[in-house]
Amino acid sequence: MFEAIAFYMFSFLTIAMFYITVTTKHSLYALSALAAGMIFISAFFFILGADFMGVVQIIVYSGAVMALYAFGMMFFDTTRELHEKRVNSNLVFGLSGAIALLVVIMVSAPIVGDNLVAQSPIDPSIGNSQAVGIVLFTKYLVPFEVAAVMLLVAMIAGIVLAGKDMDYSFSDKSEEELDAKLETEVVS
Amino acid sequence: MMEITLTHYLVLSTVLFSIGLIGVMRRKNLLMLFFATEILLNSVNIAFVAISHYHGDFTGQMFAFFIIAIAASEVAVGLGLLVLWFKQYNTIDLEKMTEMKG
Repeated sequence: MFEAIAFYMFSFLTIAMFYITVTTKHSLYALSALAAGMIFISAFFFILGADFMGVVQIIVYSGAVMALYAFGMMFFDTTRELHEKRVNSNLVFGLSGAIALLVVIMVSAPIVGDNLVAQSPIDPSIGNSQAVGIVLFTKYLVPFEVAAVMLLVAMIAGIVLAGKDMDYSFSDKSEEELDAKLETEVVS
Repeated sequence: MMEITLTHYLVLSTVLFSIGLIGVMRRKNLLMLFFATEILLNSVNIAFVAISHYHGDFTGQMFAFFIIAIAASEVAVGLGLLVLWFKQYNTIDLEKMTEMKG
């Protein structure tokens, strides 16, 4: 009963938030709606008993990714209204066809999956986080290490790409020095 | 109606995926395109965790976990490139990105 109420409420909220994200003309509204939608999605993970995934969803998406986007948006002109692509009819046709196909495949997937055997069954006697740790550090140890290396590579790439001229402090300089630097940049 | 089954979650995941797909199709601003990509990844995560719950199998949760890791690194690299592009050309509209056209 409560599960049904929670499911319908959170699915309505999530769909509404993501709909705002893809349709709004202001990028700040889109950012806030996306962050709210991420938090509502973590509710589904808690309902499904995947506590660890819910916590990771809140920390990584609502914490790290949204903060990264918020910092990234400081570089861009966010006050300007967004222009949208003019959608032609071919695109709409292809899109609706693809979505219809997707619905059929996704809804019929459990029928195909009825004869599947659990590869790593859930043991109800141990908690979710503990079970995640057991599976992650035995069966999925190598993918876990590869993911760690990938995150390190992404972090270094992000610093190298966005962090040029970061050792130059604007607040330490006097007005004349700043003007001189601006002039050299305009010339070059 | 009152009992939530796997199909409920799969339908929700499909709806969210369609919303993300529409976002990818109609957005011209590259940052908004990134947001739509996040929606796509999240809808797939819901499907993975729901299937994991209803089949009593942990593999789905592990896959969702790795998808989150990939999404985080994608955002880091993508935003770095985007900031670099904006510094150089002062716009992040897709239509202006025709530099590589042959």
